Amino acid sequence: MAKKTMIKAITDALDLELAHDDKLLVFGEDVGKNGGVFRATEGLQEKHGEDRVFDTPLAESGIGGLSIGLALQGWHPVPEIQFFGFVFEVMDSIGGQMSRFRYRMDGSRHLPITIRSAFGGGAKTPEMHSDSFEGLITQFPGIRVVVPSNPYDAKGLLISSLRSEDPVLFLEHMRLYRSFREEVPDESYTVPLDKAAVAREGNDVTIVTYGAMVRESLKAADELAKNNISAEVIDLRTIAPLDVETILTSVKKTGRVVVVQEAQRQAGVGAQVAAEIAEKGILYLDAPISRVAAPDTPYPFAEAEPDWLPNSNDIVEAVKKVREF
Amino acid sequence: MKTLAASKLGKDDLIATYRLIKLGRRLDERLWQLNRIGKVAFHISGQGSEVAQAAMIKAFNTKRDYFLPYYRDMTAAMGWGVTAEQIMAGSLGKAADPSSHGRQMPNHYGSVAHRIVSFGSTVTTQYLLATGVAYAALLDHKDYVTLVTTGEGSTAQGDFHEALNIASIKKLPVVFAIENNGYAISTPNREEFAVKQLAERGKAYNMPAEAVDGHDFTATYQAFAKAVSRAEKGKGPTLIEVMVDRLTGHSSDDNQNVYRSKEEMAALKENDNVPLFEKQLSEEKILTPAEIANIDAEIKEMVNQATQAAEKLPAPAAETLLDHVYA
Repeated sequence: MAKKTMIKAITDALDLELAHDDKLLVFGEDVGKNGGVFRATEGLQEKHGEDRVFDTPLAESGIGGLSIGLALQGWHPVPEIQFFGFVFEVMDSIGGQMSRFRYRMDGSRHLPITIRSAFGGGAKTPEMHSDSFEGLITQFPGIRVVVPSNPYDAKGLLISSLRSEDPVLFLEHMRLYRSFREEVPDESYTVPLDKAAVAREGNDVTIVTYGAMVRESLKAADELAKNNISAEVIDLRTIAPLDVETILTSVKKTGRVVVVQEAQRQAGVGAQVAAEIAEKGILYLDAPISRVAAPDTPYPFAEAEPDWLPNSNDIVEAVKKVREF
Repeated sequence: MKTLAASKLGKDDLIATYRLIKLGRRLDERLWQLNRIGKVAFHISGQGSEVAQAAMIKAFNTKRDYFLPYYRDMTAAMGWGVTAEQIMAGSLGKAADPSSHGRQMPNHYGSVAHRIVSFGSTVTTQYLLATGVAYAALLDHKDYVTLVTTGEGSTAQGDFHEALNIASIKKLPVVFAIENNGYAISTPNREEFAVKQLAERGKAYNMPAEAVDGHDFTATYQAFAKAVSRAEKGKGPTLIEVMVDRLTGHSSDDNQNVYRSKEEMAALKENDNVPLFEKQLSEEKILTPAEIANIDAEIKEMVNQATQAAEKLPAPAAETLLDHVYA
């Protein structure tokens, strides 16, 4: 087993599935010869041919509609939206069509489309190149939203997504692409969708998070351990539909919760997690639910980014507060 | 206007086409009635484009090809194989509706069995879906052609451009039709686009394009036949702008008397495509006026039967409310 970055794990997953499923098509802006602006599809066109891996014009709505038409005819499209901040151009395909297609057709047809997109901040690229809009898509029942936090999960979750009959939005945090390596098997394997992981076990407090904030939360947990605070970290992995059971099991054990997201505070996934806990687990709680999130502003300029992005210190502070309540 | 004989279609074909046109008109009238007595929640009418729709689909192999209609294409959908009872089931929101099992808006014609892909409400999105359906034909080495239609109002959307651009780059076997009825709800052509004819836009994509008078059955049929032949030969997409009328308001919730003058409305009635087609049929001695009247009586009975049968069908069960969100 070799140590791999998350981006390499993603390329592996696409490569294996292109070989495994001859109906799989990988396409998008610059994904062919160029291998994608992040190199997620590097070498795939050369290996699998121009029919299976191809470039599209710079037209996100077109990519969405093309995907639906191809899926209707039995293909498994895997379109890439270069930056998730560009999602507005393809919103009708996602929210108006893909997510409700199975329901609309009374289960008689489905659209097995996996949209891959890079998102998230930390690269000093303001606004649309760093936004975390995952919460918007969780408003569309019928499409899964999957956000891996590490290379192993990225490969297994992507393979599961590619084999799913339902549309999946697979969001890849840019800061995780190359920031660390992990043991990733060369062969094919799956990680279940709709199932959160306990990324670290603990007894005193539950930190519920996903994506790049899992790393920050684990860092915070290390820090907290030095002060004899045992934090459990839940990595949601699939943020829609939400694995409420795993969250509640942990909350029942610890009685204290900090919900962490990189996105702005208002609405969003963290608010949904907090609401589920408040509705279904309030009697387990010994302190109010706390949230760590970015401030409610547009994604800021580079100079302000370190202050704007939630980090492990913010999480440590929030945990201490719920402990002291 | 070209003669019907010039279409080189046989007498039986032309009579079948007439029956379709008349069924389109009579069923549409019935749907308005059902709307006005509160049985059909909503209706979008295709009155004024029945002949154009029948001519358009006549050029396709409806047992082979794919069709992505827009909401005025009831006549075309029936020409492609959907029955009057199925249309009625859709408008009444019944579970037997082949478009969406009674789950979508009325007039979003679709049928998996007939290779008709139902419309997703946001106008022009079907143009993009058609690129995918057509691209699949190339990838699968299949010989079907894809027809997609839209109203002229929808050509102002970005999706119109994206679809034509993609189709032209990939040389897709697809025919893009624009049914230009002069108005996008209440907005007239002069406020919708600045070109003289929308067909001029074909140039922007290096795509053959033409405008035809949708009242002229033969000219419309020939324009589409040429486009289908190009697609079959691997020569790529064609854009056809069909000039039609909209004899009714945009929908059952619209009153076009508010934005169209009495003179304009009177002229529309004078130019109604259905009587014009009937005139051609009798002038060319394909049908006598008496035969035309007989067909009309038969069609009215068909519409009655379709209405009665569809009304008896069950609605989708409320217990299925939570089903099929995910696999």
